[in-house]
Amino acid sequence: MTDAALGTSASLAAAETLESSARRAWRRLMKRRGAVLGLTVIALFVLLTVFAPLIVPYDPVATSWSLVRKAPSMQHWFGTDELGRDVLARVVFGARASLLAGVISVGIALAVGVPLGLLAGYRGGFIDALISRVTDAMLACPFLILAIALAAFLGPSLGNAMIAIGVSATPIFIRLTRGQVMSVKVEDYVEAARAMGNPRWRIALVHILPNILPALLVQATLSIAAAIIAEAALSFLGLGQQPPAPSWGSMLNAAQRFLTTAPWMAVWPGLAIFLVVLSFNLVGDGLRDALDPKAR
Amino acid sequence: MTALLEVEGLVKHFVAERSVFGRPTAYVKAVDGASFTVEAGKTLALVGESGCGKSTVSRLVLRLIEPDAGRVTFAGRDLGALNAEQLRAFRRDAQLIFQDPYASLNPRITVSQILTEPLALHDLVPAARRRERVDELLRLVGLEPRFARRYPHEFSGGQRQRIAIARALAVEPKLIICDEPVSALDVSIRSQILNLLRDLQDRLKLAYIFVSHDLAVVKHIADRVAVMNLGTIVETAEAQALFTAPRHPYSRALLSAIPVPKPRAKRSRIVLEGELPSALNPPSGCRFHTRCPYVISRCRSEVPQLRDDGTGYATACHRTGELPGAEAIVPSDGGFSPTLEKLVAAFNTAEASGRPGVIS
Repeated sequence: MTDAALGTSASLAAAETLESSARRAWRRLMKRRGAVLGLTVIALFVLLTVFAPLIVPYDPVATSWSLVRKAPSMQHWFGTDELGRDVLARVVFGARASLLAGVISVGIALAVGVPLGLLAGYRGGFIDALISRVTDAMLACPFLILAIALAAFLGPSLGNAMIAIGVSATPIFIRLTRGQVMSVKVEDYVEAARAMGNPRWRIALVHILPNILPALLVQATLSIAAAIIAEAALSFLGLGQQPPAPSWGSMLNAAQRFLTTAPWMAVWPGLAIFLVVLSFNLVGDGLRDALDPKAR
Repeated sequence: MTALLEVEGLVKHFVAERSVFGRPTAYVKAVDGASFTVEAGKTLALVGESGCGKSTVSRLVLRLIEPDAGRVTFAGRDLGALNAEQLRAFRRDAQLIFQDPYASLNPRITVSQILTEPLALHDLVPAARRRERVDELLRLVGLEPRFARRYPHEFSGGQRQRIAIARALAVEPKLIICDEPVSALDVSIRSQILNLLRDLQDRLKLAYIFVSHDLAVVKHIADRVAVMNLGTIVETAEAQALFTAPRHPYSRALLSAIPVPKPRAKRSRIVLEGELPSALNPPSGCRFHTRCPYVISRCRSEVPQLRDDGTGYATACHRTGELPGAEAIVPSDGGFSPTLEKLVAAFNTAEASGRPGVIS
């Protein structure tokens, strides 16, 4: 009974805490032009994906033999592709795949990496050695190569691409969490929590985790940008989103054969990737500054 | 009279260096055979230079770090024999207050959550009454209950230390270990916190282990004093006795360093020569022999034992009986200079008549 009661008060505590310190961080974030710009662009893309069917009158997968590779016009603002599909519709619907891939794969990386990092950093000893060596081994492989290998192994689909990207991004989160935990766990308030008789899990979740969240948040934002590029790369190689469903990466793949004759097929998805990735990076940088307690 | 806490032969060596294969090659002998007792409702002060193992002793007593050897008995129970669950239950009986109030409160939770946690962990107060109890605790340490909703960063150092004290009191402990509780505070706040600690002791019958290097503070609050040097206790005595007639040469050197606010007072200052020896490689025999003005050859080879002489003193020195009297180092009451004397007198009458002084 006590534990259950504690659990709810703990989650309540975490929620309230986040709100107050979040409010402070938000205020400081809003003072940074780059971050505000990034947030605006991301918000626009999110709105685009949510309201995609209302915004573009064309079906992103409907082909038309009479409209193959038409240049941008009043009817088709971004032109059409090699099967006569509207490029604007495909860019808008493709945003869904890209944003989802970014958020979900980083979600996977957080869900796996943070608990392992907490365990390694807090318990230390053999468990730490084991987790850290495996992490080192994974970090020895370049991120994208690892993701491609995993995606190829799992089989080509958007879901598998997200898993592959998520797993490849995990070691960064394990290492970051572990380092942060090790610096926070020697703080007096953690010792006070031990002296108070807190069980280990509660010290980790209530006294350590909220204090390392800012660093994780910054890394997560920057990782979303990397994951979007990775998804585009996997789709470009045919390992991500499968045709005919649109994704920016697979659109680039199709466009490469027509770069000279129909450059608009490559320009628009490329620009979309550029904008979204830049925005996430801007927000990540802004968050890093806004959450830094020393920058007053 | 049975003691609340008995500590016997506590030893803690930290590994300082390891060989390539992970075998320890050097130890820091942080605590090397410390023994003392604390009686219920009394204050034992643990004094000594920085790095002499005072803080390690306080962590060992609470089993926040595991001792390498020795025995800690709390109210008749051997703490070393407790399993994890029993140890958690023991946390109710003994608490810790830290030196730095800026580091000892979790910055991400409110004061109310800080104070509710111990109540919930040990199921002391039914959930419905916890808010009330938090208010009570805040009032107990001289803070307003409306502060409960705030975060630690919204408070001053003194207020934070009050919150830390309230947190320690929440479990209604019998013993509180105060690890330099006022040394990080402004001088003007110090006496407030010290008086609060004393007042709480009287009301709640608390026992304190008061770790400090500040002897002026110790004199104000301690019943008994244990003097530590390089991981060992060299002397324990009643505070009154120690401050008037310290016996161990190290205690004398420490006491002679207390500043006296009376410029004409006469005393001889004992200035220790040489560096504090490293705890990595402590001197053989008596650990004080490298700096002791009374050193003889026996001190270099034989470790002196802490011997109780039956009058409340226990001193670890081979030459306890032979040393000259300690009168010289206890300041004579030389008083102030005549002009200062007048000023002080004027001040005292002003205070006695209740008029607010110029500086108040």
